[in-house]
Amino acid sequence: MSDPVPLIVIGAGPAGLCAAAEATAAGVETLLLDEQTAPGGQIYRAIGRASPERQAILGSDYGRGARLLEVLDSGCLDYRPSASVWQVTPEREVYFTIAGQAQSLRAERIVLASGAMERPMPFPGWTLPGVMGAGAAQTLLKSSGLLPGGGAVLAGSGPLLFLVASQILDAGGRIAALVETTPRGNSMRAMPYLPAMLRMPSYLTKGAVLLARLRRAKAPHFKGAHNLSAQGGKRIEFLRFTAGGRDHDVPCSLLLLHQGVVSNVQITRALGLAHDWKPLPRAWQPRLDPWGGSALEGIAMAGDGGGIFGARAAELQGRLAGLDAAYRLGKLTQAARDAKARSVQRALAAERAARPFLDRLYQPAAEFLNPADETLVCRCEEVTAGQIRGFVKLGCLGPNQAKSFGRAGMGPCQGRVCGLCVSEIIARARGADVQDVGYFRIRPPIKPVTLAELAAMACAGPNDAK
Amino acid sequence: MQSNYDALIIGGGLHGLSSALHLARAGLKPVVLEKDYPGRHASGVNAGGVRRLGRHKAEIPLSVAAMKLWREIGELTGEDCGFTPCGQVKVAETETEMAGQRARVESLVAQGHGHEELIDAKELRSLVPTIAPHCLGAIVCRDDGAADPFRTAMAFARAARAQGASIQDGARVQSIERRDGLWRAATAQGRFAAPILINCAGAWGGEIAARLGEPVPMRTQAPMLMITERLAPFLEPVLGAAGRALSFKQFSNGTLMIGGGHLGRAEPARNATHLDFAALSRSAQSVLALFPALRGLRVVRAWAGIEGVMPDGIPVIGPSETREGVFHVFGFCAHGFQLGPITGQIVAAWAQKKPMNLPIAPFRIGRFA
Ligand SMILES: Cc1cc2nc3c(=O)[nH]c(=O)nc-3n(C[C@H](O)[C@H](O)[C@H](O)COP(=O)(O)OP(=O)(O)OC[C@H]3O[C@@H](n4cnc5c(N)ncnc54)[C@H](O)[C@@H]3O)c2cc1C
Repeated sequence: MSDPVPLIVIGAGPAGLCAAAEATAAGVETLLLDEQTAPGGQIYRAIGRASPERQAILGSDYGRGARLLEVLDSGCLDYRPSASVWQVTPEREVYFTIAGQAQSLRAERIVLASGAMERPMPFPGWTLPGVMGAGAAQTLLKSSGLLPGGGAVLAGSGPLLFLVASQILDAGGRIAALVETTPRGNSMRAMPYLPAMLRMPSYLTKGAVLLARLRRAKAPHFKGAHNLSAQGGKRIEFLRFTAGGRDHDVPCSLLLLHQGVVSNVQITRALGLAHDWKPLPRAWQPRLDPWGGSALEGIAMAGDGGGIFGARAAELQGRLAGLDAAYRLGKLTQAARDAKARSVQRALAAERAARPFLDRLYQPAAEFLNPADETLVCRCEEVTAGQIRGFVKLGCLGPNQAKSFGRAGMGPCQGRVCGLCVSEIIARARGADVQDVGYFRIRPPIKPVTLAELAAMACAGPNDAK
Repeated sequence: MQSNYDALIIGGGLHGLSSALHLARAGLKPVVLEKDYPGRHASGVNAGGVRRLGRHKAEIPLSVAAMKLWREIGELTGEDCGFTPCGQVKVAETETEMAGQRARVESLVAQGHGHEELIDAKELRSLVPTIAPHCLGAIVCRDDGAADPFRTAMAFARAARAQGASIQDGARVQSIERRDGLWRAATAQGRFAAPILINCAGAWGGEIAARLGEPVPMRTQAPMLMITERLAPFLEPVLGAAGRALSFKQFSNGTLMIGGGHLGRAEPARNATHLDFAALSRSAQSVLALFPALRGLRVVRAWAGIEGVMPDGIPVIGPSETREGVFHVFGFCAHGFQLGPITGQIVAAWAQKKPMNLPIAPFRIGRFA
């Protein structure tokens, strides 16, 4: 294998772009890999290509994204879009495919900035055609300008739900109903944390603007909805739920679901890093030091992949990881790193202060964390919540055994969609802690790779058994 | 805690669980001491190949006897273990390979073994219609097959428990000593004692043997497997090749499993394995050489299991030659799954001091001294 690249950054969202910016500014030769065709990550997707009208539709946040792209002009940066990273090893080899060509490179240091994913929202009927993640709809809106056809019903909780709703309206779409599933008790539980949140006024103004926008559109808005089920034959016909003490059937052809985002831990799990279960956002978080460093020498994580603290925090974490990489590669003195980091660390602490409130306010309802028996949990292998509870009765102790008991998590997504839920269901059924129940062992490749791509990659001499 | 058991079994892999089942069926009370959980290692993650085809001569009698048990595995364990007699095929791609296969089958037949059979290109194509045209023929074992490894391990565990065996999870054996005619093991789950000790510790079996004063030249390996996305059924038997490290099978759900001995790196002390993608790349090349149409098929998952390998390619099965009341069953060299049902029977015969009607002398632990 050729000489290692000093730094490989995986993911060109806010965290990755900022890590690359700090590292290249210090003179670190950096390779930036991202699977999208254009930089910006989820939040600033395809920002560099957005037409002026689309920028207006997509809101003021997007102007910010454009500034992040300045790093792309750095002479130290090698940015490769459309690069699907399918394996990262503890020895810091990065395997990726670009245009059907698989290759691997070794790095002296790696910053993982591979981001978040939507928290799946399983309930009876959620796998019917016509039901999709709101984030996916937003992605369509951002990268292709496509609008979901007809009127859409939006259901779930969390700030992104309002954002998607308002973007659909701005783009001329119609909202048939907004069904909020945030449990009634959440705001009481969140209230004590409001003062810290108030120090971050941007959140509140944004939220208020979005709500006002929705009110003007006169979309029916249900709160505290529960007992959700998507009903229909071949595809969704209506959403059924209880709200305000009454049952509702809201007809729709498109149901968009959202209950927040969680770290996508497939990469850090495949690396074998330790993860902690965070009972508050109810998600896993890889164990990291204040610079984003992991227990594996030379491998750091920045941004949403290490916990959800928002896009600004991701930028700041990216900066810290980039500065630390530059220091460890001998391009910055420790004093220079620390001096540059000081204001970043202060700003990061302020961003984090909003989370205790938001995490409590938007904590998903139990029915979407530990869903009813008939709910399909593993979509790839069609395993229901009830079946998983049945495995526990037969002695299944954790997700890895659930694979063997009934193939849960063994499809092409490798449990990315069902992982959180499978761990929660088993923990509840066993009366155990989610931390002790654990998570799927993630097997490489973290993204499917074709036999032809794999075969064309051959290097090193054979040491195989016969 | 000092319990009274008839046998301590170190290791809850298939061989430990089979030993437990056969001992319990014979009316003894064994306890399996497993450091993780039953089937966690090689026994639960292997390719599930139930094959006599291509066995080392010393293993053939055991393998043939095991095959009889596989055919009625439901009677032994109470469930089918996912076993299907779908056949095993080993393809020859060159005249030299074909000649080698012919010679093997002839010598087996001369020794009275008729399970391996030579077939020509035409019959090969009727068995595997999509195979690349250059293939010249194959050896087949028509009623060999495959089973589901974890289900099998679970079935043996359940059946053993039902017969009165005890199975302790999370019970790593930390120390062993013999005192007052009993083997005593200290584990994370307490202390256990019994007159006999069975070493079924798989890739860790060498370590146990060394602690008993009988070191063996065992290495550990990490054979790798890959699973692809689903595709329409096109392959009935399990397929291997004379000239390649390949074992290839399509499951009933349409996914393909690709294995055959490409090695990753094992770290038995940490229960860890590491994949070698250069080796998986060669594995993919082998598949495409035989099935060029699969180029676009996506690999969704790869893993490795930890296995103990002896220098002569066959396991250690037999009583200790230095210590009283110890029997070794380990180091299966990446083909011990099929032998699982029979080794327990061998252990039970030894424990009851019954005559051994299978030739196990070639597997004695002293052969390396
Ligand atoms: C990828 C792969 C594919 C394979 N394919 C096939 C195939 O197709 N056909 C076939 O016949 N064979 C196959 N094999 C081989 C087969 O899986 C093994 O030979 C067989 O499972 C070995 O069983 P075992 O019980 O000896 O070992 P294991 O299953 O490894 O069990 C040993 C157990 O001992 C426990 N242990 C170790 N030390 C201690 C201790 N101190 N205290 C307590 N417990 C301890 C371990 O935790 C482990 O669970 C394959 C192997 C691999 C890895």
